[in-house]
Amino acid sequence: MPYYILRRLLIAIPSLLGISVVLFTVLALAPGDPFEELATNPAVPPEVRMALRAKFGLDDPIMVRYVRWISAMAQGDWGYSFVSRINVDDLILQRVGVTLFVIGSSQILALLIAIPVGVIAATRPYSLFDQIANTLAFVGFSLPTFFTGLLFILIFSIWLDWLPFVYQADIQATGWRWYWEHIRQAIMPIAVLGLFQGASLVRYVRSAVLDVIRLDYVTTARAKGLGERVVIVKHVVRNALIPVVTLIALQMPAIFGGAIVTEQIFRIPGIGSLLISSILANDTPVIMAVTFVFACLVVLFNLIADILYGWLDPRITFR
Amino acid sequence: MKEHELRALIDKVKDGKLTRRSFVNRMLALGLTAPIASQMLDFCGVARADTKFNYKPTKRGGGGALRILWWQGPTLLNPHFATGTKDQDGSRIFYEPLAGWDSDGNLVPALAAEIPSRENGSLAADGKSVIWKLKKGVKWHDGKPFTADDVVFTWEFSADPATATVTSGTYKDVKVEKIDDFTVRVLFDKPTPFWADAFVGTAGQIIPKHLFVDYKGAKSREAPTNLKPVGTGAYKFVDFKPGDMIRAEANPDYHVPNQPYFDTLELKGGGDAVSAARAVLQTGEYDYAWNMQVEDAILKRLETGGKGVINVVPGGNIEHIQLNTTDPWTEVDGERSSLKTKHPTLSDPAVRQALMLLVDRKSVEEHIYGRTGVATANFLNNPERFRSKITKFEFNIAKANELLDKAGWKRGADGIREKDGKKLKFVYQTSINAPRQKNQAIVKQAAQQAGIDMELKSVVASVFFSSDVANPDTYPKFYADIQMYTTTMSQPDPDRFMNQFCSWEAATKENKWQGRNPSRIRNEEYDKLYRDSQGELDPVKRAAMFVRMNEIVVGEKDGVIIPVVYRPRANAQAKTLRADISGWDNDTWAIARWYRET
Repeated sequence: MPYYILRRLLIAIPSLLGISVVLFTVLALAPGDPFEELATNPAVPPEVRMALRAKFGLDDPIMVRYVRWISAMAQGDWGYSFVSRINVDDLILQRVGVTLFVIGSSQILALLIAIPVGVIAATRPYSLFDQIANTLAFVGFSLPTFFTGLLFILIFSIWLDWLPFVYQADIQATGWRWYWEHIRQAIMPIAVLGLFQGASLVRYVRSAVLDVIRLDYVTTARAKGLGERVVIVKHVVRNALIPVVTLIALQMPAIFGGAIVTEQIFRIPGIGSLLISSILANDTPVIMAVTFVFACLVVLFNLIADILYGWLDPRITFR
Repeated sequence: MKEHELRALIDKVKDGKLTRRSFVNRMLALGLTAPIASQMLDFCGVARADTKFNYKPTKRGGGGALRILWWQGPTLLNPHFATGTKDQDGSRIFYEPLAGWDSDGNLVPALAAEIPSRENGSLAADGKSVIWKLKKGVKWHDGKPFTADDVVFTWEFSADPATATVTSGTYKDVKVEKIDDFTVRVLFDKPTPFWADAFVGTAGQIIPKHLFVDYKGAKSREAPTNLKPVGTGAYKFVDFKPGDMIRAEANPDYHVPNQPYFDTLELKGGGDAVSAARAVLQTGEYDYAWNMQVEDAILKRLETGGKGVINVVPGGNIEHIQLNTTDPWTEVDGERSSLKTKHPTLSDPAVRQALMLLVDRKSVEEHIYGRTGVATANFLNNPERFRSKITKFEFNIAKANELLDKAGWKRGADGIREKDGKKLKFVYQTSINAPRQKNQAIVKQAAQQAGIDMELKSVVASVFFSSDVANPDTYPKFYADIQMYTTTMSQPDPDRFMNQFCSWEAATKENKWQGRNPSRIRNEEYDKLYRDSQGELDPVKRAAMFVRMNEIVVGEKDGVIIPVVYRPRANAQAKTLRADISGWDNDTWAIARWYRET
């Protein structure tokens, strides 16, 4: 097992290198200039812009810049942001916690909804519950997160005035109030992401359970007198979850993508909103680092999915 | 407007027949900045308007939290590295200049004890130096005293080319010397009419010597104070997350009594302008939101929420159309729009005049910008009739047709005018931005009725405004016949603003299109006026020169600029908040005086 993980990690290196080359080239070829605002400001002499460009090495050929970036990266130096002039890793560390909290909670919410609803719907196919669940699931994943986000803001913040729609990473309160404030501001973004994710998962869970529930071993389990609850939880769900796990792992990048928009709407200071503001400011080192972090996450979640397979289905062995 | 007319107006102000404010407004109509207008009055001995601020709180603190929203959050807090106004605004919460500009263009002392003037002998008669007296008893947030050394150091820091500060344009050509602990002298190498640039306003924020002295030049990036500002302002630094939030608390040792009113300050960044407007106008979660670049119709609807209002502050930004004087379609020595060419059709004054008549500014104001863009045909000959002229002169398709007929431009079979085989077909470019595309459509429609065909082109803003030498679609390259964008006159002095029409500033391949004159207008009279204005110490004479320069670039004979709308700054503020905002300085320039009406 450790050998397997090691091998997978080693295989990941060339793919990450490939990703970094593509990202770097695309960014270098993309138009724009981090000092664009200086260009339109008559008070700033052009020499300043030239000096800054030279200082940040923007005038060198792409190859030279890439080699410089990758060798710095290999030594753990992520470079520094052109616009805030601080190290990129500091910038990302400040932000990554919030993103993981929001995405993690929304993912838990999605699973909490999807698994019970999907399983119940599958055990009673074409019942009223199944049909309602199906309809809602369709509605849920047809609505993009930016739309539901705005809708939630309109309903809960503006009409009802229950929840704040500006997220604050550091709440100035202590004790229970701190938790309460955190929950209040996090409800909407987590619900937006979690419901979207949950809606699409419901349908997968349902069909996976339906596939399994008709198999002979389930009939056997029932025949030997096990309770329905045990049959479903221990025998059906565990086997049905394998394709669902793959799906969740493979959807993680999409969730991060959805989170970018949600973060922007709710002003969540996560890496998604950092990415957007860096793209707008043409802050290449930050864009590079954030997209690279995303790439690493994708590779990592694939690995996690593979490992979870083994745990869920001991027939799968790692070699 | 000639010099003697200006003088007559100033005399009227002196006699009390004209208010100071309406004088300033007239000068704005002429394309001059409010600071220049008030400088003229000062020079002519009109008593300075007593800048009294209506500040009601009678003790420091007790106001609770001030929550403000910048939808582009400040990313660094060193004013001399600020890449945009957002960073300057953020820095200004902590740092102060010697003086700032109020909304009427008056200098208001911050760290200076008084404003230099001829009467108090601090302005040299030859215009080559100015003496600033500093306020005594001011302390940095870390308790160290503020002295002349800090002022001199700020100059050294910013002027050092190795530091590459964005304010170096202000400091590189001056010299600063310390007279005593609380007096500094700024020396200019030639007579300088506009002396209030260094240490004033946005570029003038003074930084503490004791914290930056080890970080001058190439090491400037490493200064920890870049992210943890220690200033003299009304609020002290607590926490900063780039692009996300700034936290500050009231400075108990602030050098102005009873200020600030609020105990804490929180600036949240990120998001978009519309939802920022919502947070102030509809839900009241925040007290103030910066830069409301939102269609006025939406703002009006949000204002019905009743929690806040939109506040429009006049400034100097002008959305304008430029006509290319060179030929963008012929390549000479590897560049298009080369100075060696002449535009085949726009070089005819009749065509340019017709185009000037075809821009329906009023519709643009009414249907696109609302309060955030005021139609301007400014630069008129007679400010006395300013109001009535503006509506009359603007838009006249019939007259444009008549002009073109007279000049021999005949309509062809396709309805497009032509002469000597050259058709009136233009490519009209601007950046992608909803109001601009609507504006383009309005102009195109009118032009069609006059037999002029316009092909509309829109370029992504990050390309259009970039200095990317390899890209053909940037505004300095101007590889089109007509282009439109907003030029910012944030600088109180028009000197740098007006150099964008000097012949030596023409953007060419030779200067890597760094020249600031994209229309490439070359006019001898303009060049001469500009050169003369640089050494002219009499502000009235100088103002008259600027007015004439304006007339040349928008004039019927040689003009290549069509002003469309003024873009005043719009911000959203809670109904109870009293914030003093000036269009000639940062939004946060007077944050010490903000308070809440109870």
